[in-house]
Amino acid sequence: MAITLDRAVGQRDRGWLSFLFASQAFWVLIAVILACLFLSVATDSFATAKNLYNITRNFTFVAIIALGMTLVIITGGIDLSVGSVLCLSSMVLAVVMHAGYGIEVGIAASIGTALLAGAFNGVMIAYLGFPPFVITLGMLSIARSLAMVASNNTVVFEFGPDHDALLALGGGAWFFGIANPVLYMIVLALVTGFVLRWTKFGRYVFAIGGNEHAARLTGVPVRRIKVIVYMISALAAGIAGIVQTGWLGAVTTNIGAGMELQVIAAAVIGGANLAGGVGTASGALIGAALIEVIRNSLGLLGINAFWQGAFIGGAIVLAVLFDRIRNFRQSE
Amino acid sequence: MAVLELVNISKHFGAIQAVTDVSLSLNRGEVVGLMGDNGAGKSTLVKMIAGNFRPSQGTMRLDGAEIVLHRPVEARQHGIEIVYQDLALCDNLTAAANVFLGREIRRGIGPLSILDYKAMYRRAGEIFKELKSETPPRDFVRQMSGGQRQAVAIARTMLSDAKIVLMDEPTAAISVRQVAEVLNLIRALRDRGIAVVLISHRMPDVFTVADRVIVMRRGRKVADKAIEQSSPEEVTGLITGAIEQV
Repeated sequence: MAITLDRAVGQRDRGWLSFLFASQAFWVLIAVILACLFLSVATDSFATAKNLYNITRNFTFVAIIALGMTLVIITGGIDLSVGSVLCLSSMVLAVVMHAGYGIEVGIAASIGTALLAGAFNGVMIAYLGFPPFVITLGMLSIARSLAMVASNNTVVFEFGPDHDALLALGGGAWFFGIANPVLYMIVLALVTGFVLRWTKFGRYVFAIGGNEHAARLTGVPVRRIKVIVYMISALAAGIAGIVQTGWLGAVTTNIGAGMELQVIAAAVIGGANLAGGVGTASGALIGAALIEVIRNSLGLLGINAFWQGAFIGGAIVLAVLFDRIRNFRQSE
Repeated sequence: MAVLELVNISKHFGAIQAVTDVSLSLNRGEVVGLMGDNGAGKSTLVKMIAGNFRPSQGTMRLDGAEIVLHRPVEARQHGIEIVYQDLALCDNLTAAANVFLGREIRRGIGPLSILDYKAMYRRAGEIFKELKSETPPRDFVRQMSGGQRQAVAIARTMLSDAKIVLMDEPTAAISVRQVAEVLNLIRALRDRGIAVVLISHRMPDVFTVADRVIVMRRGRKVADKAIEQSSPEEVTGLITGAIEQV
């Protein structure tokens, strides 16, 4: 007998170090750290408490939604409606609270709206076989339009009796001076990471992305899982919407416009594979962080803001390029 | 004693008669090669046993008791497992994760239960050892050879107390060395007293591993005999119709 059972069972494919080196998110993290070090040296304004506070807070909204998006992408889907769902749930929150209801009612209505939008996407995709791209593109249009209807396309900046509570929720820093949105992001990332690694649900999400047909044959409730995944994505957008409303202190019907592309970029830079089957919670955060660092640094370095898109696009291509090169090497 | 008996099974899809009046029995610890040309009805027959289709006529008996299968999951509950031709594996998951897909071992209670990686690696390792296959449970299926992939798909059937394992073209499209590996996996199943139905186009494989060969042509069973009483020439004749029936 060449190998004993214990050795076969214990035999790891690779050590944790090479596992780390093989992960796209790790290299992006290195890039983020190097960029931060460079900026701290090159500019006086980067490594200030105020700027770091700004950066961490700014990227959280994209990061929170990217967590949900990562789940969708792992199943091999896409959710283009997150920016509009964020807008709709912010607006529902704003309108309900403006009408004099408490913050609890506002949040419940807002979350409920988001879940409904997600459930609609999920049911159409899982049960009626719509391509995710098409149905969420439809929702992108529908949700923003509904937000305009709900508010009559006005700006809402008075949130009734619980006005201050809402602003504290999004704009405060209750814990060691860390901005509240950052705390929510960390908690949600931990939950997402846990779900993906340790639960049956997480396992099924990966299985669907790896081989949906196989998952169905082995008894995975593929349809139900897909509906839940799109509901989670919408929920993440809804949560981000509530927090962002509290942070901004006002809601317009154009918040979150074009955000879906940033979110997808963050997920992809963080290692999620649009073909499905691959993605991590930490990657979503790291990808969002890289985008924000690029945006922030261009401003600080005095580079014309029009270059932003080029740099972010370059980061997407570069991150995926490394992944391709690794795959080439593996297949040889 | 037969573990599975089919009595006068027929299946038609509208006007198309896919299987006509087939009776056969499977015994414990027996490998039966099911052969026939494309469209001869062997897939339809196997899909009825696996619960994908319901027979139009005829009865099925499992351990002497009549059964009616509405869905594949019911067949599984009765101890009838199928290994699909495409193996139904997720490349992005480990061997152990694939073996346990849909039947994960968990620890903890109720909604708080989490995946028990250790137990699944261990059990998968035990099954691979039983199958005499060197398949590391922690490796991703993506990197595996055809033989190892077969081992993963077959290991699934051994999680439960399978009585019958149906295998659809397990040796198609893999290398010669891996074919030998797969035939060994089939023998390992047989040694556990499992009845194996091997659908195959490959004459040498059937004559190497099977105890009995059943030939189908145009929806009918045209031969059912012990392997040593037949020959590849005869089976070829039966498949093509050069020999009518034996």
